[in-house]
Formats: sequence, C-alpha cells, structure tokens
Amino acid sequence: MKRLLEILGDWWAGLVGSAGLPSWVTVLGEMVFAAILIGAFIAVLVLFLIWLTRKVSAHIQLRFGPMRVGWHGAVQTVADAFKLLQKEDTTPRVCDRPVFNVAPFLAFAPTVVAFVVIPFGDGVIVRDLNIGVLFLFAITTINVIAIISGGWASGSKYSLLGGFRSAAQLVSYEVPLVLSALGVIMLAGSMKMGAIVEAQSRVWFVAYQPLAFAVYVIAATAEVNRTPFDIPEAEQELVAGYNVEYSGMKFAMFFLAEFANMFLVSAIAATLFLGGWRGPWLPGELWFLIKSFAIVLLLMFFRWTYPRLRVDQLMSFAWKFLLPLAFVNLLATGLIIALG
Amino acid sequence: MATDTAIRTEEFQVNMGPQHPSTHGVFRMVLTMDGERVVDCEPHIGFLHRSMEKMAENRLYIQFLPMADRIDYLSSMFCAVAHCEAVEQFMEIEVPPRAKYLRTMFMELNRIASHCIFFGVFALDLGAVTPFLYGFRERELTMDLLEMTSGQRITFNYVRFGGVAADLPESFFPAVERFIKVFPGRVTDYERILNENEIFLARTKGIGVVDAARAINYGWSGPNLRSSGVDFDLRQNMPYEAYGELGYEPVVLPNGDCYDRYLARILEMRASHALIKKCMEGLPEGPTQKEKVSKFPKLPAGEVYVRVESPRGDYGLYLVSDGTDKPYRYKLRTPSFNNLSMIREMLRGVYLADIVPIFGSLDVILPDVDR
Repeated sequence: MKRLLEILGDWWAGLVGSAGLPSWVTVLGEMVFAAILIGAFIAVLVLFLIWLTRKVSAHIQLRFGPMRVGWHGAVQTVADAFKLLQKEDTTPRVCDRPVFNVAPFLAFAPTVVAFVVIPFGDGVIVRDLNIGVLFLFAITTINVIAIISGGWASGSKYSLLGGFRSAAQLVSYEVPLVLSALGVIMLAGSMKMGAIVEAQSRVWFVAYQPLAFAVYVIAATAEVNRTPFDIPEAEQELVAGYNVEYSGMKFAMFFLAEFANMFLVSAIAATLFLGGWRGPWLPGELWFLIKSFAIVLLLMFFRWTYPRLRVDQLMSFAWKFLLPLAFVNLLATGLIIALG
Repeated sequence: MATDTAIRTEEFQVNMGPQHPSTHGVFRMVLTMDGERVVDCEPHIGFLHRSMEKMAENRLYIQFLPMADRIDYLSSMFCAVAHCEAVEQFMEIEVPPRAKYLRTMFMELNRIASHCIFFGVFALDLGAVTPFLYGFRERELTMDLLEMTSGQRITFNYVRFGGVAADLPESFFPAVERFIKVFPGRVTDYERILNENEIFLARTKGIGVVDAARAINYGWSGPNLRSSGVDFDLRQNMPYEAYGELGYEPVVLPNGDCYDRYLARILEMRASHALIKKCMEGLPEGPTQKEKVSKFPKLPAGEVYVRVESPRGDYGLYLVSDGTDKPYRYKLRTPSFNNLSMIREMLRGVYLADIVPIFGSLDVILPDVDR
C-alpha cells in the first residue's frame, strides 16, 4: 500500500513537472486524490457498518436481520441508501432554512476531515500532522455545532431538546476523552499519530494505560451517542431527537456521520491504545481494520445490551466519576515518567 | 447582579402523544416543562373509546362474548371469563371442574403473555431494545398453546356460558410439558439481563414512588398495588374458578417504585408458571361444558358484580339485567383506568426522561382505559 501510494505520488509529481505547472498543483492534486479516497472509504465503510449493526443486533435479539437482498442481506443497505436518495426532501415550514440545510453537511464534514490524520497503515496517512491528536479532538467537536444547529433550526421542541442534550453531553465527555488521551501523549512524547504508533512497537499502550483505555471507551461511546449514552436521540422520549424533522438525503447525512464517527473513535482507540497498524504476519492495513472493528463490535454490544442513562445521571457520571478517574490516571502517569 | 442581565428561564409546553412511540397506544400528555423538569402534566384519554359498555347493552349476551375479548386485548381471557361468570351467576349454574381448571390455566397463560409484553416494552422504554424480543419469544410459546386449544392467538373467544369451547387437543400435552420445562430458565434470562444492571437500577430505583395509602386512595390494583406493599390479590382474597383449590400466594413488594413494579411482574410470571404446573397436575377428568345451558339466555332481573384479577389488576364487571336477553347496564371497572389516574401527580417534578419509565411501569393498556 505504501509502495503503491509512493509510485502514484511520483508519477503525479512527474506529470505536473513535465507539463511545466507550478508545484502547488502537485499538492492540490494530492489533496483531491486523498479526498476521493477517504470519501470512497467512508461510503463503503458506512454501508458495511450499517449491515454489521443490523446483523449483530439481529443475532443478539434472536433474529436473522436482513436476509433477502444479496448474501445474508449484504446489499440491503445499498438498496436503503437508494431509497433515501429517492425520497422527497421535506422541510418544515417553521424551520430556519439555511441553518437547517447546512447542518447535516456540517455534521458529516468534520468526520471526513478527521480521517486525514488516521494512520491506516505504515505510511498510509494523508498528513501526519505534528499536532495530530489535538487536531483530531478539535475537529470532531464541531459535530456539536451541527447537532445543536440542526435541533434549533428544525423549529420543533423535541429536536431542540435533543440538540441541547447533545451539546451538554458532548461538552461533558470531551473532557475525560481528551484527558485519557493525554496519558498516551505523555508516554509517546508526541502528538503525532505516526510517532504514537511508533512508540508502541514493543508494548501496546493499553498495557501501561488500562484505566485511560477504559475511560476513553466510555467517553467515546458517549461522544458518538451510542447506548447507554444515546440521550440526544432517545427514541422513547424525544422520538428521534435532533434529527426528527430531517428526511431523505439530509437524514442520510446525519446517519452517515453517526456511523463514520463510530468508526472514527474506534480507529482512534486502536491507534492510541492498541498499537495502531502494528502487528505480526498480516499487513498493517489489515491489522488496523481488525483492531478498529474490535472496538466497533464492543460499542455495538454495549448498544444492544444496555438501557439508557438519564440525562442528569449521565452528567454526574462524567463529572464526578470519569473526570476524577482520568485525572488520577494522568497524575500516576506523570509520576511514573518523572521517577523514571 | 441586576435582574435584567440575569438569565431568564421560561416554561414551555410539549405535546406528547397521542402518536408517540412510548405512550403505549394513544395516550396524550400536554407537558409543561422547565428545561428537563416536568412542572405539570395534563393527561388526555379517550382516543380509543369504542363504547364497549353501550355495545354490550345492545347485544345478546352471546353476541357480546367475542367483543368482550377486545376490551383489553392483552388479557382477553380475563374479560371473557368475567363476562361468562356474570352470566353464570345469573343462571345459577356451576361450571364443571375440568372447565374451571382450563379457564384458570388459560388465564395464567394469558397473564404470562401480558407480562412478557410488559417486560419487553418496559425495557424498550428505557432504551434497551434486546429484551423486547426476548419477551416476545416467550409470549410466542404461550400464544402457541392458546392457539392450539382456542384457535386464536390474541382474542381467543374460548370461554362459554357453563364451560369452555373445546377440550385440550392431544398435541397440547407435550407442548405444555415443554413450556413448563423451559419457561423458568427463560425468566432467569430476563432477570440476568436487567435485574442487576447498574443503569437499569439507576433508572428505576426510587423513581415514581407511590406509598400504600396513596395507591389505595387512587384505587390501584394488581401488581402496581402489590408492589406498594399492599397484600391484596383477588386470586387469594376472593378466589374464583379453580384458584381456591390451587391456592395462591401473592407477590408483595415493599418499595412502590418503578423497579418494584417491574420486579412484581417478573415474580408473577414465576408464580403463574407454578399455577399452570399445578393445573396440569391436578387437571380433573370430565366434561368441559355443562349440558343444557341456553346459548341465548334470558336472565332474571337483578344485578351481579364480578371481579377477576387481570394482569393489570382488579377487573370488575357490574351487570344489571331487567329480565330480557340483553344487559340493562354493563358497567366495567377496568384496572388500567384507575392505575392511570395518578399519572398527573406522579409526573410532577420528574425529569422528562422519567416520564416514560413511570408511565411504562404502570402497564397501562389504553383500550382498557377508554373501553
């Protein structure tokens, strides 16, 4: 994979050079190429994840799930996606139209951008920024704005409540999430994703940071609004929360963002704690996918086995339990590093 | 801080239902909210009013028999038994013992089916989807048994004046054996899914607490009343059908919160299972239908009040006859209506998210409320 990308890059640079174009064309071309690649990856990934969710939930619930369209319903999601494309795109009369229209894309965009710093394999990373982790957490936070503006612009009380809840939740869980990642950064001595993976070449950080890993997984579950923390979309109280007024493709965008986000937090967990793409025998890209999907499955098992917390319980859990835990972990890590 | 710069909060109204996934039918609440807190709740019922009582008064007794099943479609056996018992009391006939046992057994099977739905729906209300399908798995077992005998899965139309419509078919015996064998394990499954789940406990313990006095004042009955610590179960206190011979020890729990109301139903499933087992063991031989009972009875003038312990509580039927072949007055006292009556008081001051478990824990069936 790395070889392939290098060959492609050289070929492109050579092409631009021979045509006599300025060097920024090279960079632009690379950016477009990366965007297309990541876009395609996310599209296929989400289709697969939705199918996986349906199958996992079905087998937990004594059902088969989709069985008719393709092998074990493998292309059911594709059919559903086409259905959503064809659907009438309704817009409520009382909505704040520009905000309402922008919100779904605002939800989806940061997720795509975040994939820029995810190392899929040895050297298979769009840009290995030296502030990689910081960039990741900063960019995923934008999601809140999308959710709250979607909830606000819909002009419905249910979606407004959903948006508020979501904002409160994401802001609360962002703190332990970042703090749990901080331990890893201290150990690796860098925020660069490549360096973090490099630092785990002998032992995975989950061995040094089990507490941080636990905090991260819990906070990440809340971050992507999965049960037991799916309060923004609490079906039984808010019907569907912030996206209740959305239909057709705009709804699909929220849906897409949700699933892509789920994979994103799993990929971050795999990179920060489980050694990223490193592993014996198999190619790095495969190891990365295996590890990420292990976390995805964990999130799915949570989702289909647990009831939902109440919003105030969620808050007190974040601030009174997870946050102190993350701080203790940080302190311990610091002490150990300082004492050698 | 000057008042004009302080953050002002404003109460707002939210309409919940009648089309809402967790109002269990068509219940409507107009909620006055202060953020996530409920300030007031104005319940609206009547969306499922079908005029059952008036329909009964315009029909022959036998014509209303299949209708009675539809008063509360999750416990239709109980409605039918109440109807038949009332008519039998007028006609002063004694039902053959085998028919009594069959009625009792099918009522208990129906109770299990109803509680299975409660289990599934209550978990669903709290956001756990999986238990819903587990509940339906066992409901299917009971439905199969009922279908074998009555031919119907939900509205059975099985009870007749002076007996039951059909004796047990041959295939019923191995099936019920199997049911008796597997069911306790399945209830254990339920308990392992939810009973000690931290999140479940956090959502239900101490939520929607109702003490015994308040429960009695509002006319609560059934598992709701018993989970507030009142030991009252018609099956024990005023035995009817075969309950007197079988004996029954009610499930009584002390706390009166959502968790106890949930647990009461789980324990009642076990108790019902034991009753079914006893019924099958002690099933007397003999006819299932008393002979020479008029299908179109003309009842003597008078009145009776029949009570049965439905899965939701004390199901009462006050039947007045003026000597014709139709009821003069057919008054229903349905448990769901009384159980729901406290909802406004219970919801004041709770969180929005608690509305659903509190409402769900009452196990209200809207057609039973509206009739």
